[in-house]
Amino acid sequence: MSALDNRIDFYPTNEYKGIKYRRGRVLPFGATLVPNGVNFSVFSSAATSCTLVLFNKNEEIPYAEIPLPDEFRVGNVYAIIVFGLDYENIEYGYRMDGPYDPQNGHRFDKQAVLSDPYAKAIGGRDRWRDDSNLKRNYPFRSRLVFDDFDWEEDNPLETPMEDLIIYEIHVRGFTSHPSSGVRHRGTFAAIREKIPYLRDLGINCVELMPIYEFDEFEHSRTNPDTGDLLVNYWGYSTLNFFAPKAGYAATGKYGMAVDELKTLIKELHRNGIEVILDVVFNHTAEGDHHGPTISFRGIDNKTYYMLTPDGYYFNFSGTGNTLNCNHPVVRNTVLDCLRYWASEYHIDGFRFDLASILGRAQDGSPLNNPPLLESLAHDPILAKCKLIAEAWDAGGLYQVGAFPAYGRWAEWNGKYRDTVRKFLKGDHNTVGQLSQCMQGSPEMYLHRGTTAGINFITCHDGFTLYDLFAYNEKHNWANGENNQDGCNDNFSWNCGWEGETDDTAVNLLRHRQIKNALTILMLSQGVPMILMGDEMGRTQKGNNNTYCHDSDFNWLDWSLVRENFDLFSFARHIINFRRQHPILRSKEHYCNRDYKESGYADITFHGTKAWHADWSESNTVFAFMLDGHQAKNGFVKDDAIYVAANMHWDALDFELPQLSENRKWHLSVNTSMVPPETFYPLNSEPVLENQSGFIVGGRSVIVLIGK
Amino acid sequence: MKVAIQTKNNIVYITIQGSIDSNTAGELQSRIMEELVSLNRVIMDLTNVGFLSSAGLRVLLMLYRQLNSNGGKMLLVNVSEEICDIMSMTGFINFFELYSSIEEAEKKFKLT
Repeated sequence: MSALDNRIDFYPTNEYKGIKYRRGRVLPFGATLVPNGVNFSVFSSAATSCTLVLFNKNEEIPYAEIPLPDEFRVGNVYAIIVFGLDYENIEYGYRMDGPYDPQNGHRFDKQAVLSDPYAKAIGGRDRWRDDSNLKRNYPFRSRLVFDDFDWEEDNPLETPMEDLIIYEIHVRGFTSHPSSGVRHRGTFAAIREKIPYLRDLGINCVELMPIYEFDEFEHSRTNPDTGDLLVNYWGYSTLNFFAPKAGYAATGKYGMAVDELKTLIKELHRNGIEVILDVVFNHTAEGDHHGPTISFRGIDNKTYYMLTPDGYYFNFSGTGNTLNCNHPVVRNTVLDCLRYWASEYHIDGFRFDLASILGRAQDGSPLNNPPLLESLAHDPILAKCKLIAEAWDAGGLYQVGAFPAYGRWAEWNGKYRDTVRKFLKGDHNTVGQLSQCMQGSPEMYLHRGTTAGINFITCHDGFTLYDLFAYNEKHNWANGENNQDGCNDNFSWNCGWEGETDDTAVNLLRHRQIKNALTILMLSQGVPMILMGDEMGRTQKGNNNTYCHDSDFNWLDWSLVRENFDLFSFARHIINFRRQHPILRSKEHYCNRDYKESGYADITFHGTKAWHADWSESNTVFAFMLDGHQAKNGFVKDDAIYVAANMHWDALDFELPQLSENRKWHLSVNTSMVPPETFYPLNSEPVLENQSGFIVGGRSVIVLIGK
Repeated sequence: MKVAIQTKNNIVYITIQGSIDSNTAGELQSRIMEELVSLNRVIMDLTNVGFLSSAGLRVLLMLYRQLNSNGGKMLLVNVSEEICDIMSMTGFINFFELYSSIEEAEKKFKLT
């Protein structure tokens, strides 16, 4: 026995039906492996008693139930150490006794075995869509995990925010299609196999749609027209905030999802790619008062949920309940959770679904100074993590440009998305707004810098980039909701025909529009985000709300890389163009001045006539020039960059601004041309014969560099 | 799980039969550690190991770390395809050298 083993609390004091235990430690919450045993700790503000329930894996009936003696409670926290547990093969839960008094917020139910809000793994959905235990009692049981993963030298990458290029991925969607060619489709391990592709594309950050454990069978139903099972595919409905989705791991059935996910993150980091998690703290999978009691409701309903004065659930999330995020205890839970993911999983950042809910008080009213958002912004462990808000909620709060940022928070820039879409379809009255978008939206983020905005044109929610130019209207019939679901304001344009067509002219225009969109996105200040598959023309057949489809609607068809190689090669070019040119990645806004005395302001605006931008309502063309002397606030020298976007239907002659110092304009991108003349490889851009003018095709964008 | 351990020419040969999981991991670790007091070259034959759980993989990694700190080495022989796949997905494979026969593993030790 070593000196360290020689502690009295390594040995039991009590015994109950052959199981040995002793008083536990109240912190940390959850189940923790300790010498010779497991420490269990759980809090409840109103429970009158707590029983630890132990199962052998895959058995219906618990093998032991240990009522916690009252002397094991400190304050409102129950803690126990149980010895001699087979920690790989047990599952656990709690029975909580207490009042059933909904009007006063209490919904205790001693019959239910509740999963631990701090469980590090949840059993029950070990394989994706495995319905073998759908009818099991208490299907979501808590499990123990090892937390001794060997990270070697790995750490979060801390890539400067302004240098990020985010790629939004759904774990299943990315590799479930048979064309993906991976060993274990739809898993964390499969993403690892695709790292060379991600590197080739040039992105340096993946944002994973929810990977906290959820129940894909929640609200599942059969589509009456097709017979397909519609499931909770996206996963925006959390069962537990600390457990990774086991069904996303090829090794989930062996209980090794944690190691598999960590291995993926380590390998992405090794390849210079950050990992951001899309996290859902606004509600849980327990729904409203008709929903199942899985965990929070039975452990401490009044603490975890925002309740109306008569004890029902506020529904700011649109899904039945709302997490009581600004309750001091829940605030700590959120903080504990994010700290856990940042430190244990080396996560680089978080994107908060419906984040405006995180700024609401316990009675639902918006707070001026929300303590949760402030704590996250100032937390020492999260200090280098990216914090990104979806700055609105389903209760009508819309805070794009006004989210409480504390110098840290960035936002999904919904205004960018809408403005760029309108401009691309040739709407009037958009050029002024577009100029703001291209500069990182200083009209909203003047004091927060360009990185306050995550620029995107598409994301999982809405049309894909291809569909944006193939459909005027949403086509959500396959969702089984009479096409009533999904957004109606898509600002899309089908280029002349609704849906698929053999018309060459329409298809050429669609591809051109995709290239125009990617060019605007990659040449805007701020942080660009691309939706998985948009680089190869992925379609959802006009469905703009594919939350329920575990099928071709959502699975990325990798043969599109070949089929639409012009799109893929273009996307790769324009992403790498952004990476090569620091002037596109300023942290601070341009100030429209020539502070380096180069003869040019950092940004200048033009139209068909150089130096004469046309801000009139009917105008649909826009051009600007960036002066390379002023890249990164003048600390780095870059080429000059000139961009002209012509969303008029016909070609127009643009006069080019003249360059100083014998520099000449070179052609990088001309989306009106077909390959190989759509773009030229980096550092091999041909010099323009005509240095004073350029005919830009209708609905086309050009990019020139001056060197 | 059954473990047979023998020492020949300063190499510890460990042959395991059965599953290595949380029930057997502790015993395996302590049995092997006893043998490693004076020797630091190990050949572990996994021909008859059907399953390695998370706890089992951790024992192997602990042995690897222990041997590494003594300038030693552990070579794994005849790892089944399924275990190999699990080791690869959970990152453990990066720490080990895998051989398809004891002779091959011995050759490796003779060369180094």
